[in-house]
Amino acid sequence: MNLRTPDSCSGKVPGLYIHIPFCRTKCPYCAFYSETDLSFIPDFLRALFKEMDMARNQFDRFDTVYIGGGTPSVFTSYQIEEIVKRIRHNFALASPAEITLEANPADINISFLERLRDTGVNRLNLGIQSFDRKTLIFLGRRHSSAQAVSAIEISRKAGFTNLGFDLIYGVPGQDMKAWLDTLSRGVAFAPEHLSCYQLTVEANTPLITRYQKGELPFLPEGLQYDFFIKTSEQLEDARYTHYEVSNFSRGIKYASRHNQKYWNHTPYLGLGPSAHSFSGNRRWWNHRNLEDYINELSLKNAPIQAAETLSPKQLRLEALFLALRTSAGVHLKDFSEKFQYDLLLEKGETLARLQEEGHITIRDGILYPTRSGLAIADSLALI
Amino acid sequence: MERIRNFSIIAHIDHGKSTLADRLIQYTGMVEERNFQDQILDNMDIERERGITIKSQAITLPYRAQDGKDYILNLIDTPGHVDFSYEVSRALASCEGVLLLIDAAQGVQAQTIANLYLAMENNLEIIPVINKIDLPTADIDRVMEQIDAELGLDPYAHIKCSAKEGIGIEDILEAIVQRIPPPQGNPEAPLAGLIFDAHYDSYRGTVIHCRQFDGMVQPGDIIRFFFNKAAYKVEEVGHFSLKREKSDRLAAGEVGYIIAGVKTVSDVRIGDTITLDHRPCAKPLPGFKEAKPVVFSSIYPISSEDYEDLTVGLEKYKLNDAALIYQKDSSVALGQGFRCGFLGLLHLEIVQERLEREYDLSIILSVPSVRYRFTFKDEQILYIDNPAHYPGPVSIARSEEPYIKAKMIMPEKYLGAVMKLCKDRRGLDSKINYLGPGRIELIFEMPLAEVIYDFYDRFKSLTQGYGSFDYELGDYRESNLVLIDILVNGEKVDALSQIVHRDHARARALQACERLKEEIPRQVFKVAIQGAIGGEIISRTTISPFRKDVTAKCYGGDITRKRKLLEKQKKGKKRMKMIGSVSIPQSAFLAVLKTDAD
Ligand SMILES: Nc1nc2c(ncn2[C@@H]2O[C@H](COP(=O)(O)OP(=O)(O)OP(=O)(O)O)[C@@H](O)[C@H]2O)c(=O)[nH]1
Ligand code: SF4
Ligand SMILES: [Mg+2]
Repeated sequence: MNLRTPDSCSGKVPGLYIHIPFCRTKCPYCAFYSETDLSFIPDFLRALFKEMDMARNQFDRFDTVYIGGGTPSVFTSYQIEEIVKRIRHNFALASPAEITLEANPADINISFLERLRDTGVNRLNLGIQSFDRKTLIFLGRRHSSAQAVSAIEISRKAGFTNLGFDLIYGVPGQDMKAWLDTLSRGVAFAPEHLSCYQLTVEANTPLITRYQKGELPFLPEGLQYDFFIKTSEQLEDARYTHYEVSNFSRGIKYASRHNQKYWNHTPYLGLGPSAHSFSGNRRWWNHRNLEDYINELSLKNAPIQAAETLSPKQLRLEALFLALRTSAGVHLKDFSEKFQYDLLLEKGETLARLQEEGHITIRDGILYPTRSGLAIADSLALI
Repeated sequence: MERIRNFSIIAHIDHGKSTLADRLIQYTGMVEERNFQDQILDNMDIERERGITIKSQAITLPYRAQDGKDYILNLIDTPGHVDFSYEVSRALASCEGVLLLIDAAQGVQAQTIANLYLAMENNLEIIPVINKIDLPTADIDRVMEQIDAELGLDPYAHIKCSAKEGIGIEDILEAIVQRIPPPQGNPEAPLAGLIFDAHYDSYRGTVIHCRQFDGMVQPGDIIRFFFNKAAYKVEEVGHFSLKREKSDRLAAGEVGYIIAGVKTVSDVRIGDTITLDHRPCAKPLPGFKEAKPVVFSSIYPISSEDYEDLTVGLEKYKLNDAALIYQKDSSVALGQGFRCGFLGLLHLEIVQERLEREYDLSIILSVPSVRYRFTFKDEQILYIDNPAHYPGPVSIARSEEPYIKAKMIMPEKYLGAVMKLCKDRRGLDSKINYLGPGRIELIFEMPLAEVIYDFYDRFKSLTQGYGSFDYELGDYRESNLVLIDILVNGEKVDALSQIVHRDHARARALQACERLKEEIPRQVFKVAIQGAIGGEIISRTTISPFRKDVTAKCYGGDITRKRKLLEKQKKGKKRMKMIGSVSIPQSAFLAVLKTDAD
């Protein structure tokens, strides 16, 4: 696969996302949409299947499926099997398709995982977050680090050869040493993929209230930078590729094909409450509320909350900021043809300065963010 | 005409002019109660936000007096701040009398006196009104003494009122009718109307505000502007109610507006005389003295593509702000723009804000300056109000800067602190006048440049708001002047240059660097700011780059949210001027003149 030009890495075959809006408990930092009342699961599934039915002709074919949420692993393996079956029934999947499921380490056992593999799930992403007890407690996670370890072991045993971990740094009380410790414990299991997120303080979460009350210190910018750079260095030393701001993989082969679609304007269809879809210059998204979602579908309405048509300028801004978050970078000629905007011509002086400062490099007509450039990717997009 | 009264309300700032206008409007029943709001004549957003009047505003009120007759009262509410005194002087040309308001607690202040002189120059009937008598601190006896001693008016001729409580309103209306003479003028004579203001209406084009002295004008007439003989057909005339109110004609003695499809905005000159094309008056009305700008600064569009819009916007804006003077200018760092003259720093700020709001322009103003006089070795004299044009020390034989006579009225206890401030600002020849118990007038001769350098704010805070400040322009005096240049990442930004006294140069350069450091946001790379005198770098600061700003997640397909965030930031950045690769916000250019004391 040629990862150099952003458009070619997935060949523009769309991706399918399924949002499972359930978690057993809510983590205080999380802003993703989910409910904890699991008794709604049957109604949700009925609605989801109806949505699939209604959406079946929108896209020709998908080559990735991502079952995320929420916590898909609160479902039984039968329910997941049913979902995958319905997907195959309603949509054409390329083969091989990348089918990912997100799981909480506390939820899974070997038979669950084996059934998943049988249904065709070939990529498992574990929400480990940390191997440190105190950090896990702060984050309100319902699993222990021992559970994480055993989840990893059984995942391998069940035959998952494409395994990813989510880890979080910048948690109050966690110093660099504690983080690097978690990181190296993670690396020791040699996962194919690692997502290392800086803890972000999102609106409408219990966490932000604590910050607003002044109970928690914000991470100084210098430290944020140090965490970011150290993480990148350590993982690249361990032969991981830093292919997006928060994402690392064992060679570009194991980069999440699905997530890359979000970052290079490949079309995607999102099903389930709060899921976003994108095609051409339109983006639309579903109700962020399970009841509305179920009600709309029982009335045979699309559960869409809103939609937007992106202007060429908006598409350009998105393309730029998304590309600058990835190691694929910006293909300057393609960019200029697509958006009638020649970055070198318009921003030459600034780009030269950024090169001098080591935030970007330009090679063979492609503008790549460096490690320090990735740390300021948002500002790079605003030059 | 016997039943018309044209008058202005004049006073020092905040003495209650607009509030009194409210009561007069309400008394005459011009506005339905439910549509009423305080300071109703302050109808610009910027006036309401700042709580001050910026524009003179005319309104026609019908009034049935105690003599049983109906009168037409043309009221003009005027601004009190010294920077808008040109508005007052123009309003007065349309009047036969004034209400001179004096705050019963504050007493006579600098602009009370200045505005009184303006009224006297116009030979107007003056009715002193003591306002705010409801205040517990009101001291009517003392104000009466001041009316006698400081204003030279009959202290018993005053009317007491509280504009806030609505006390004394009828007395005022009766005094207007009885004491202010009706306008004189000959309705049969050729038309002579004075343009005292104008504004641009996006639907109707130029709307001329005028006072008719002789003759009459009605729709269909062909009017002619005296100064360039341009002729236009009158489409509509009318009076100022809260909105424009159409009428059949405007006759001698009346104040109103004319809409005449004036295509060329620059044909309308404030102070010009309007007459009829087929029967012109013999000579123009006296018109106005030119506004004398004291502070200069250049206006540039943030994006050079917007230069045309700025040109058109300024022309239209100028209709409504006759005190603004401008001409083409260009800067090495900022491109094409306009050099503008203002009556003061507040005037400058208001022009900036109004241009942005009313004409949707994004602009940058260069560091304000006064006008210097340089005499060259060959005896040639050059006036320079733009530091970017500083000729360089070698050829200059003599440098001079304008001085002012500053008059400050304040409670005696602040004298020490204010004396020190004035001396720090190179003040000379102080005089102290005792105005009454505990109240003094301090007079200083000072360089005008020191006054624009954040003097007013410092003075107000030293006197805790109880001081009033006014000045008269004086003469030019020799001064040891040097040029401070500011370099941003090694590039000279001419719009940030200042001419300063040599003794202050080092401190000012340091201060400019510090202020810029506060104003310029951190960027993706280091920004070095240097201050230089005659090419020698004497101060420097750096703004360290930020190193981390990216948020961790961009995930789950919700790219929209992230984009909106960036769009918002981008909009903020659009309001900054790119100099080389550094974004400099608007505020930085004016902040250079702010001290950071207190
Ligand atoms: N107590 C009291 N306050 C008053 C009276 N008249 C006006 N004020 C207050 O004084 C302040 C200034 O009033 P304005 O009417 O805006 O003063 P102004 O003279 O028009 O001010 P400028 O137009 O900015 O020069 C406001 O807060 C009024 O409410 C009065 O009779 N009594
Ligand atoms: S972090 Fe994961 S498990 Fe926790 S509330 Fe959010 S979606 Fe649910
Ligand atoms: Mg007012």
